[in-house]
Amino acid sequence: MNEILKAEHLHKYFHEPESFHVLDDVSLSVNRGEFVSLVGKSGSGKSTLLYLLSTLDTDYEGTITMDNTKVTGLSQNALSKFRNEKIGFVFQFHFLLPEFSTVQNVMMPARKLGKYSNEEIESRAMEKLKLMGMDSFALKPSGKLSGGQQQRVAIARALINDPIILMADEPTGNLDSANSEIVFDIFRNLSKKGNTIITVTHDTDFARRADRIVEIVDGKIMH
Amino acid sequence: MKLPVNLDISKTHLLSRKKQTLVAVLGVTFGIAMFILMISFMQGVNKFLEDTMLQATPDVHIYNDLKTDYSVSIASEYFKGENKLIVVHHPKPKQVKLNIKNAEAIIADIKRNPQVAAVAPLLSTQVFYNYGPVQINGFIEGVNIIEETRLYNLNEKMLFGKTENLLTTDNGILMGSGLAQKLNVRTGDLVSLATPMGSTMRFRIVGIFKIGIGTLDNVKSYVNLSSVQQLLGKDKSYITDINVKLKDNKMAVAMSKEFGKKYGSKAEDWETSNSSVTAGNTVRNVLTFVVSITLLVVAGFGIYNIMNMTIANKMKDIAILKAQGFARKDIVQIFLSQSLVIGLLGALSGIFLGFILSYGLSRVPFPSNEFIGLKYFPVIFNPKHYIFGIVFGVITTFIAGFMPSLKASRIDPVAILRG
Repeated sequence: MNEILKAEHLHKYFHEPESFHVLDDVSLSVNRGEFVSLVGKSGSGKSTLLYLLSTLDTDYEGTITMDNTKVTGLSQNALSKFRNEKIGFVFQFHFLLPEFSTVQNVMMPARKLGKYSNEEIESRAMEKLKLMGMDSFALKPSGKLSGGQQQRVAIARALINDPIILMADEPTGNLDSANSEIVFDIFRNLSKKGNTIITVTHDTDFARRADRIVEIVDGKIMH
Repeated sequence: MKLPVNLDISKTHLLSRKKQTLVAVLGVTFGIAMFILMISFMQGVNKFLEDTMLQATPDVHIYNDLKTDYSVSIASEYFKGENKLIVVHHPKPKQVKLNIKNAEAIIADIKRNPQVAAVAPLLSTQVFYNYGPVQINGFIEGVNIIEETRLYNLNEKMLFGKTENLLTTDNGILMGSGLAQKLNVRTGDLVSLATPMGSTMRFRIVGIFKIGIGTLDNVKSYVNLSSVQQLLGKDKSYITDINVKLKDNKMAVAMSKEFGKKYGSKAEDWETSNSSVTAGNTVRNVLTFVVSITLLVVAGFGIYNIMNMTIANKMKDIAILKAQGFARKDIVQIFLSQSLVIGLLGALSGIFLGFILSYGLSRVPFPSNEFIGLKYFPVIFNPKHYIFGIVFGVITTFIAGFMPSLKASRIDPVAILRG
């Protein structure tokens, strides 16, 4: 199996309101095509770990290597480019840009990447929306969609640049059970198609469907 | 043609809150419009004053200053000796000759200077104008009317008669319009002039001029140089002043120094003789810029405020964009371009509004006044002011937008996304 993500000896401290050792010597390796669930109690550090892996948080000790690139120590500009190209991110709150239509939201990261022409980006965005069953809402203002619909659009957006890793922070945390079920299925299907997925969840049903469950307790990985 | 993604986001932000954008644009519009109006008007006033001033002032004026040096006395020469202190208490002024020595030669020499456009000799004296029982105090200038016309464009200022009439008439006089009105005289009438020394002469009015400055039109007349020499009982070479017109009046300061040194008389440039006017110009310019900058700073704070509010509302959006791979410079670009669009729109509509207001003001009749010959409010239209307005507006909004944009780019996405 080829390794796509490798985190070694990660340490992370919070200084506010008081000094706190959030992650204590965490090492993690994820293979291509694997679906990994990070679980743990609230405050265990699982979300913090995900934000370190996503390169958004750079204030840590240890090293992270993704797709044979050592991302630790890269400049902010290089990290922005890396995220844009290689990482898709889904948040707990759906977070679409409310002034833009659904399809424009999905297109945004691809337009930033600038690899394809505008027409190609649009057809790719429609394709991803179809995958999520959201293609009929393409021209609607994103603010008009329900929470579950918004989350599906957000997943389509995360996939637009064909990222090497899809990261999700509590993707069902803010959804009812019917919508959660839809999002589970989407992740399962994406995993079957060979996408690498790392998700943080405290939903045991969701976690159970992953290839591997990594439990974090008090900033350490339990084996 | 589709806009680049950053500018597309910026455009969407601006259009999704049209009212706020409009208010910000209007702030800049009024700032720039007021700047254009004020500077056009103030510069118009400056130009008007300078023009009228130059109509009555030579570029360089050469004359002998009355010397008031009483420190040297002949008494100290006479009583000189050791251990003596000679003090002359409260001496009376000496009789001094104010005429310029060898004036003819000086005039001929100045004429040869390539920088000089015209040279005119002058001899003036105070007089009483007598017509019937009316007596009015004023002065006459004895001139070579052909040279004088070249100096001040007198032909354009004649209400009645021609300047050349002075040459064809024995003892002719060209009278200021205000003076002629007070005496109730017209061309062809005879007036009697009396000097402070008591001599009198009769002159026939051959023309009436109006310079447009009340303080001159009410007291001044032109006669031939020889008439004044005769009236004062002086010889043909007696001239007290030489007036010079230069091809470029900006050279006046340098030329007056040169003339002063060369001919041993006092030479004064027009800026010095009208220092109150030039000081007034400076005051008006400073005032214009202070008021305009204040207006623009206020508009700038308006934009700063609006941008800060926008960014506070868009924290989540900024965090998402950053998570999607938008770099700090992209965020700066998104918000700074909004500010610049506001600035550019404001500046363009501002110069347009400014032009309309200035044009309107230039059509407002100036309250009629016997001292100033002005029909409408003086306004000038100078493209430089409009270009300056645009540049100024854009720079202000750039500064006002830059700080909030930088702040936006520094937002830590993790703190916001984790909720």
